[in-house]
Amino acid sequence: MRNFAFSSAENVDQAVSSERGNAGEASYIAGGTTLIDLVKLDVMRPVQVIDLNRLPLREVERLDDGRLRIGALVSNTDLAHHPLVTQHYPLLSQALLAGASTQLRNMASTGGNVMQRTRCPYFRDVAAACNKRAPGSGCDALEGVNRMHALLGTSEHCIATHPSDMCVAMTALGATLTLEGPNGTREIAFGDFHRLPMDRPDLEHELEPDELITHVTLDTPVVGGGSHYLKLRDRASYEFALASAAAMVAVEDGVIREARLALGGVATKPWRAVEAEQALAGKPARTESFEKAAEIALSDAVPREHNAFKVPLARQAIVRALEKASAASKHH
Amino acid sequence: MNMKEYSRQGDEAGSAETAVTLSVNGEMHQLRISPNVVLLDALRDRLGLTGTKKGCDHGQCGACTVHLDGQAINSCLKLAVMCEGHEVTTVEGLANDAGLHPVQQAFLEHDAYQCGFCTPGQMMSATALLEDERIGTDDAAVREAMSGNICRCGAYKNILAAIQTARGQGQAAPTAGKTS
Repeated sequence: MRNFAFSSAENVDQAVSSERGNAGEASYIAGGTTLIDLVKLDVMRPVQVIDLNRLPLREVERLDDGRLRIGALVSNTDLAHHPLVTQHYPLLSQALLAGASTQLRNMASTGGNVMQRTRCPYFRDVAAACNKRAPGSGCDALEGVNRMHALLGTSEHCIATHPSDMCVAMTALGATLTLEGPNGTREIAFGDFHRLPMDRPDLEHELEPDELITHVTLDTPVVGGGSHYLKLRDRASYEFALASAAAMVAVEDGVIREARLALGGVATKPWRAVEAEQALAGKPARTESFEKAAEIALSDAVPREHNAFKVPLARQAIVRALEKASAASKHH
Repeated sequence: MNMKEYSRQGDEAGSAETAVTLSVNGEMHQLRISPNVVLLDALRDRLGLTGTKKGCDHGQCGACTVHLDGQAINSCLKLAVMCEGHEVTTVEGLANDAGLHPVQQAFLEHDAYQCGFCTPGQMMSATALLEDERIGTDDAAVREAMSGNICRCGAYKNILAAIQTARGQGQAAPTAGKTS
């Protein structure tokens, strides 16, 4: 593994002021599960690595307005088992525990999970063409082995899948990211943070090079909402999603009052199925409504040679997740 | 800037070594290492603790599992410089002079290995999960919690049996004052 300069930031101001120089030359490290893996593969080449683990960002706290504020350094394990999460956001707990392994969840941080990179094998192989890793070099996945690749949000420049489970749940729940930079603090809606690849797949998010994610704040829980995270994959545990669905449904007298639906494993970013959500509102909480929503959610899918099977797979994941979420709703 | 500076010559590979104190199995070790040395390599190549195994070196197989402050982690993805001030426990730290750890004894009795390469990592994950009240006690919960440890010989059935047998069996206290 190539070498780098290493330093520890003692506070947030120091962390953001120290990440000087050009983008890509300095990297923050929290859990390190993405960064060290990719430095070993020579995919990421930081000149400087700044350790964030001394920063006071390990709290999970309920704000006065009912939202839940999560420090960026809270580990995936601690977040999944936190009483305020298991009680008010079981969808997030399920998604976290569906991701990675015990060891990786113990290491991985909340902020790092938001920032994790794709598992596209062409991105991870420096001998392959990849517009995300080497802009302008092309995309070997388009005509390659693209069984794991995305159906939604793709472009002719990139079809890499966003790998996170946590981010899918946060997309469905609604959340806000707090970003700290040299010029102060700003907030951005979770759904606006990750970018579509379009013609610049190397630009993955809205974080500036000198900015740091300090918190993720979840919207207030939907009253009476039931939820379910369903992840379909090649083996029962410790595998990335072929398709996953995060569903939240509030049912009153058999009618859907509010629905949230986000998809993983099939899109280039954590994917909120807004039109499917709108189609569900006011409809009877029955399988036919869920099947219609699943149809709408996949209507823009662009399958490739090896991943067309994901279209019916994702539809089935959506229907099943909506059924389970609906059954868990308090007032059905 | 009073930031703790470990190195300023990152583009000159291997050039900037730094002093790091690691606490491993209760013993303190002073090392001079580059920032890019992962805990796995520091344990094996610098401290001679070769019980911890290098399998995939990318956090995918679990052979390198150790405890950091009691939690199972992949030592191949952890920079050694980030472990200062934390307690590292390796498979060499499981037994004490009163005998094997109950998990080690159970692996022996249940024949929970064939080639043995993944076994240290399996045992470190097993000992951590038995101490973690957040992880369920049924077979499904144990299988899920152990899924980050791959066994290419396929000894999973016996590994599960060994873990469930070791459950609730406290480790005998060391006879001397030495901690393990």
